[in-house]
Amino acid sequence: MNGAPYSLYQLKRTPFHERIAPLCLPQNWRRWGGCITVGSYDLGIDREYWAIRDAAALIDVSPLMKYLIEGPDAARLLDRIITRDIAKLAVGQVYYTGWCDDEGKLLDDGTVTRLGEQSFRVTAAEPSLRWLHMSAVGMQVTITEITEQTAALSLQGPKARAILNRCCETSLDGLKFFRMAENRLQGKAVSISRTGYTGDLGYEIWMDAADALPVWDAIMAAGADYGIVPCGILAMDMARVEAGLFMLDVDYTAANHAWIAGQKSSPFEMGLGWTVALDKPGYFVGRRALEREAREGSAWKLVGLEVDWEGLEKVYGSVGLPPQIPGTAVRGSLPVMREGQQVGYASTSTWSPVLKKYIALVHLERPHFEPGTRVEIEITAEHKRRYAPGTVVTLPFYDPPWKKK
Amino acid sequence: MSAGSYDAIVIGAGHNGLIAAAYLSRAGKKVVVLERNDRVGGATVTREIFPGYRFTEFSYVVSLLRPDIIRDLELPRHGLKILPLPSTVTPMDNGDYLAAWDDHDLTRREIYRHSPRDAEAVDEYSRVMARAAKAIKPMLSVVPPDPSSMSWRDLAGLLKLGRIGASMSEQERYRIAKLMTQSAGDLLDEWFEFDPLKGTKSASGIIGTFLGPRSPGTAYVLLHHYMGEIDGAFRAWGFAKDGTGGIAEAIARSARALGVEIRYNAPVAKVLVKGGRATGVALANGDELRAKVVMSAVDPKRSFLQFLEPKHLPDEFVQAIRNFRIRGSSGKVNLALSELPQFTCLPGDGPLHRGAISFSPSIDYIERAYDDAKYGRFSQRPYIDSIIPSMIDRDMAPPGHHVMSCFVQYAPYDIEGGWDDAKRDAFGEAVISTIERHAPNIRRAIVGKQVITPKDIEDTAGITGGNIFHGELLLHQLFFLRPAPQWADFRTPLPGYYYGASGAHPGGGIMGANGQLAAMEVLKDWR
Repeated sequence: MNGAPYSLYQLKRTPFHERIAPLCLPQNWRRWGGCITVGSYDLGIDREYWAIRDAAALIDVSPLMKYLIEGPDAARLLDRIITRDIAKLAVGQVYYTGWCDDEGKLLDDGTVTRLGEQSFRVTAAEPSLRWLHMSAVGMQVTITEITEQTAALSLQGPKARAILNRCCETSLDGLKFFRMAENRLQGKAVSISRTGYTGDLGYEIWMDAADALPVWDAIMAAGADYGIVPCGILAMDMARVEAGLFMLDVDYTAANHAWIAGQKSSPFEMGLGWTVALDKPGYFVGRRALEREAREGSAWKLVGLEVDWEGLEKVYGSVGLPPQIPGTAVRGSLPVMREGQQVGYASTSTWSPVLKKYIALVHLERPHFEPGTRVEIEITAEHKRRYAPGTVVTLPFYDPPWKKK
Repeated sequence: MSAGSYDAIVIGAGHNGLIAAAYLSRAGKKVVVLERNDRVGGATVTREIFPGYRFTEFSYVVSLLRPDIIRDLELPRHGLKILPLPSTVTPMDNGDYLAAWDDHDLTRREIYRHSPRDAEAVDEYSRVMARAAKAIKPMLSVVPPDPSSMSWRDLAGLLKLGRIGASMSEQERYRIAKLMTQSAGDLLDEWFEFDPLKGTKSASGIIGTFLGPRSPGTAYVLLHHYMGEIDGAFRAWGFAKDGTGGIAEAIARSARALGVEIRYNAPVAKVLVKGGRATGVALANGDELRAKVVMSAVDPKRSFLQFLEPKHLPDEFVQAIRNFRIRGSSGKVNLALSELPQFTCLPGDGPLHRGAISFSPSIDYIERAYDDAKYGRFSQRPYIDSIIPSMIDRDMAPPGHHVMSCFVQYAPYDIEGGWDDAKRDAFGEAVISTIERHAPNIRRAIVGKQVITPKDIEDTAGITGGNIFHGELLLHQLFFLRPAPQWADFRTPLPGYYYGASGAHPGGGIMGANGQLAAMEVLKDWR
């Protein structure tokens, strides 16, 4: 985008800009990965949120960092970086995984898709070119950043499959959860993975940036009868909390961004123990530290907290108000207490419209992270500090049967 | 107490002298500051050189001024305003440019254009340097303990330092050991590949030194410049309203409000000594002022070799001060302009005019500029760090007109054959022709030009050798070795005589810790 048609003093625009800009009625723009991206298309976010949970929401996810890893040592490189076992990743399969520094602390998390035997697509939240190159010393592998060349859309919601079946050349009926297949859409080559950041049925569509607009148009047209709604990142932020999915630099600090050791997080602490393949052969970055943590246990864990509605009513009732709940996910740290002692904090909290509950992603010290533990979360009610009781639960909060079906 | 008698006399109304005076006065002492010029500021002074055009003659930006001084002396109430300096643009020879904006995403986008890998490395580099700066910074606010001494005070100081060291990770300690010994060039080569990026970053490793970016020790100077802090935010450089002289004026107002007397046109000739103690000063006009304590806030050479006869000081100390390196290496070209310079790399009146414009296309370019200086010549193609103050503070120039401040390195104090008018003109010409390559209208726009050589800095600001830091920031001239071994605690071998300027710990720049810490030591000794 060097010869971009807009000034270098501005943030980047995604390949869908021409479509999304006129639809962004409240001019509610956010930044993501150096791009401007839509916060919400409407003044409120309810319609977009409910599209995710009841129809289909079309989300521009182009700012995701994307890399192509190819060559005889491509698998070896990824096996060295990520915590999962690359040998078990079949062609056409997608891994969600974290990757760590040598102290076993998370640097980032994202997906790895096996496009071929020697070819992978990696997505990340943060620029990772340097890390990939540093880890690839002496390997026969080419690493290409394709963030700007590759546009990406996420179609999330129970009607997502029906809509795509209407406009794709090949039916998606056979595409399983966390699998990817090449397809054609409006005559354009796309690859479609059954992935997403909402915990609902959903797909992510990857295409050449030059094909972005016709693909957008085709999906919007195909979805018209199914209630498709262009959706900004604010509604997605609520959905991802319900799905128990965390966000870098919101729910954890990348190890290389941390100022102090206490800000770093391990995959075990973040609830990604299932992605740490200690049984895979050989060295991978962080292995020794992760083995030690697996043996000795983690100091804290990311878990869910469901706040008691009655308790919340009582807190607000004490100042003469009904419960006041923000309409979007709140990215602010809130202390979590047990018997008057702080035992952790919430990193993101939100009202869940589909569960009708106030929920939070909380970091709790051992031993307070066991499901069923009763804790209290700080609530500021009418400028007064109060505590509302709640129960520790396992993630995700919301897991509809059609997600994997 | 007679009119000529004070508790303390401070020599020099630069920022350090004023700060020391203010702190002493705050503690109830009767203080006078003696200034040779007709205004405060020393090397930070702002002057109207051409009617309507105001220049910070010698200095230009600020980042290091200590926040506790800002708070203690209530400088905002006395007029201190630090305006943002949001960018740095480096014009390149191929017509392109490299920019660093005050927005992370924009800067990343910009560097990515030149080198995707550097765009990521720069983030990590900044974090590593900021962490190192954070680790070292506490040392700037302690009185350097003498490692060879066994006094309780030095031992306590060493313990405090030990704690700072212990709070670092092993990795950080190695990194700092490396930073202390490496050249800026080597450090940057480890991180980056894009020449203009390396050149521009290396420049802060050479400012105020008589070294090139490939000289060992310059990595530390680079870190020194990372320690700036404005409103608690690390690394923020800013432009003081009314120029750096505005800072000195604010400190002077605060000092006066605290009862400090400031005398102008009062150059000191001598420090008076009686019974092995400093008892006052004699002015050039013959007047004598008495005080219990005398503090010098001018450069070490002047303080110890000019104000005092050698017989009052131990030979070793005199020798150390004689050996103290204070070679001026930089000059300044201040331009009054009828229009903004138009840069071919970024045409139009753009954001680049509100930030720094750095002529530093590569490390080699700067090293070559240094080569000239090594052999007694000014750089034919110098490193220039320029800003257009009138774009930041509209009160610096008449409406529609501008002032441009160009910090230039290298201009050696000891130029072959000595500085004269012809050489000064030629030096100015080298600077203007360097700028002209990237901003062709500059010559047409000039309505006034002030060229300042290190010799001029010495003559006007009174700094020996014209070194803006009162002594180069070299490892062997820092911390417990600044200005001389065993005498880094602001005391001197002469009882009653103290030293608190940039030539003392923690070094140069508009930091103020030197004067502040010195005043605290004076008060500790007060009986």
